[in-house]
Amino acid sequence: MITAQLQHQWAERLLAQAPPAPAPWVEELRRQAGRRLPDLPLVNRKQEAWRYTNVEPILKTEFDPVVARPGDYTGPLPEPLFPHVAVFVDGWLMPGLSRLDTLPEGVTLMSLAEAMAADDPRVREHLDRLAGSGDQLFDLLNTALLNDGLFLHLAPGVVLDAPIEIFHLNSSAERPTLAQPRHLMVLEPGAAAVVVEHHLAGAGDEYLHNGLSEIVLKDGARLAHTRIQDESPRAWHLSTLLLDQEADSRYHGITLAFGSRLSRTFYRDFFGAEGAHCTLRGLYTVGDDQLQDFHLDVRHDVPHCSSREQFKGLLYGKGRAVFDGRILVERQAQKSDAELTNDNLMLTRNAEVDTKPQLEIYADDVKASHGTTVGQLEPQQIFYLRARGIPQRRAQHLLCEGFAGEIIEHVQPEPLREQAMARLRTTLDQLDAHE
Amino acid sequence: MLSIKNLHVNVEGKEILRGLDLEIGTGEVHAIMGPNGSGKSTLSYVLAGREGYEVTEGEVLFEGRNLLEMEPEERAWAGIFLAMQYPVELPGVNNMTFLREAVNAVRRARGQDELDAVQFMKLLREKAALVKLPEKLLKRSVNAGFSGGEKKRNEILQMALLEPKLGILDETDSGLDIDALRVVAEGVNSLRGPERSFLVITHYQRLLDYIQPDFVHVLAHGRIIRSGGKELALELEEKGYGWILEEEAAA
Repeated sequence: MITAQLQHQWAERLLAQAPPAPAPWVEELRRQAGRRLPDLPLVNRKQEAWRYTNVEPILKTEFDPVVARPGDYTGPLPEPLFPHVAVFVDGWLMPGLSRLDTLPEGVTLMSLAEAMAADDPRVREHLDRLAGSGDQLFDLLNTALLNDGLFLHLAPGVVLDAPIEIFHLNSSAERPTLAQPRHLMVLEPGAAAVVVEHHLAGAGDEYLHNGLSEIVLKDGARLAHTRIQDESPRAWHLSTLLLDQEADSRYHGITLAFGSRLSRTFYRDFFGAEGAHCTLRGLYTVGDDQLQDFHLDVRHDVPHCSSREQFKGLLYGKGRAVFDGRILVERQAQKSDAELTNDNLMLTRNAEVDTKPQLEIYADDVKASHGTTVGQLEPQQIFYLRARGIPQRRAQHLLCEGFAGEIIEHVQPEPLREQAMARLRTTLDQLDAHE
Repeated sequence: MLSIKNLHVNVEGKEILRGLDLEIGTGEVHAIMGPNGSGKSTLSYVLAGREGYEVTEGEVLFEGRNLLEMEPEERAWAGIFLAMQYPVELPGVNNMTFLREAVNAVRRARGQDELDAVQFMKLLREKAALVKLPEKLLKRSVNAGFSGGEKKRNEILQMALLEPKLGILDETDSGLDIDALRVVAEGVNSLRGPERSFLVITHYQRLLDYIQPDFVHVLAHGRIIRSGGKELALELEEKGYGWILEEEAAA
């Protein structure tokens, strides 16, 4: 059971290990967050956000936060597909492993720790602006232990065609570690970028990834953001993405969640001015001893904004998934357009999904819909494929690939699609070996 | 090629086929006609191996092999093809990927080399032209959002690609207007040959104007009650099924 004492002691132990902050104002930011920790709501079943996702094993594990940039990294290094590469190990940017020197003028891509140490005014303006008002334990912990992450800034009108590819890796360690990357991405008016994030085990085994991203899109800015979570099977992965979209901005986000024992992705999108649009998509696969959780909180506060949320899950073994998609349309947000779907394909009897789409609409002139399905492979579809000579197992795979493909086809940039499909096939093959 | 003897089949505990006999020789085109509920679709599904059809008596030999012991995919490899009355939609499964997967699965099983992407595209273009299937439908999900006629053309395209020994058409004419019917029938006719047999199952004689059968059988109450040449189809069109059923009842 998660008690106030357990939660408090777990957080206090981590805070005690915080190193000095890179600047006095960061120290103050951390201290403010740290002071609030004892009063936060408990992350247990009584809180709607954690109703179906049990994080007690996390609070019962003693993690060592990685409080300094690792000296070296000897684990596997994935081959990047794109020109601009940022490699993180245990939440710290590793300049020696990254490729950041080819960026055009007007693009800043650097270590957040360095940007904070340099008192970069752009960081001071935006850092913690979106996260500061939160009341979630793991988000405040990220701020209370704030050290490194990515700072991305695009000057007005700068369009970066070549994608930025980010790898999150982990060191091998004898005790469970805590990685806490903090990303700040600010796209000034008319700027555009494509960001790809991979969350991989690297050399890590048992660790907690507690990442937080604050993303600010000014007027007309565009960001395509693809994330692939393929953590170690013994890892826990928590990601919070906080978005602030100004007029006519576009955010296209996709998260593919394959790995970890427990993973949670939380998107909060706030439309601050008219004409903004976002698409949030996700694909999750879960098997034995695995749980994938997606929470969305999309806030239509102003008129003429649109959002499309599409999430699909493939569940097998005793896998569990949680989907909670909330779309709020405030009274003044007329002409809002929102469409939310969550489809789940259950390959076995013992898999379980808790899905909850929520549309809260207070305006009277809006277009909004939601739909949720939980189903199985249709016998007549399998028969159709087999009657064409395709063996049963391959027929099942084709249908699963087709189901997941409706998310993967939106992955940008395109070369990543084949990689994502190949990753899905690995899961499907393991599923067969498991039978 | 196909020999059905005294076939009895139950569906959900109810006997649908009650002692059906049928012999189809190599290169022959047989039509089976019959009123609704006579067991026409049951026959086609039993031959293709769909689940839920319980054979209680009788045998089916395909080129001397016991067809009823074979899995659906094994039947496809052996040369059975069923063009379905209601082709299934497969959302997210790209039609071209599906067709290539099927062709190569069948080629593998028949000991032929698999086709690479270039070879397959060449073959696909040639066969798609045969049934006038627009290229854009090859890029879509299998049958998803296809019109009735497009679905049936996609079925015949699959038949052309898989080159079966026995093609079974289950009410391929249902839901088709006269133009679509003509295109589908021309596709089938182009596949006729001395080595390939057909079993054309239909409720109406209309399809048989375009696909001329060598033999016509009347199926009623789960058995073949009358066989003849193609003139039998015309007689049925003129007089309906009533008179045959009455004669059978009197016999």
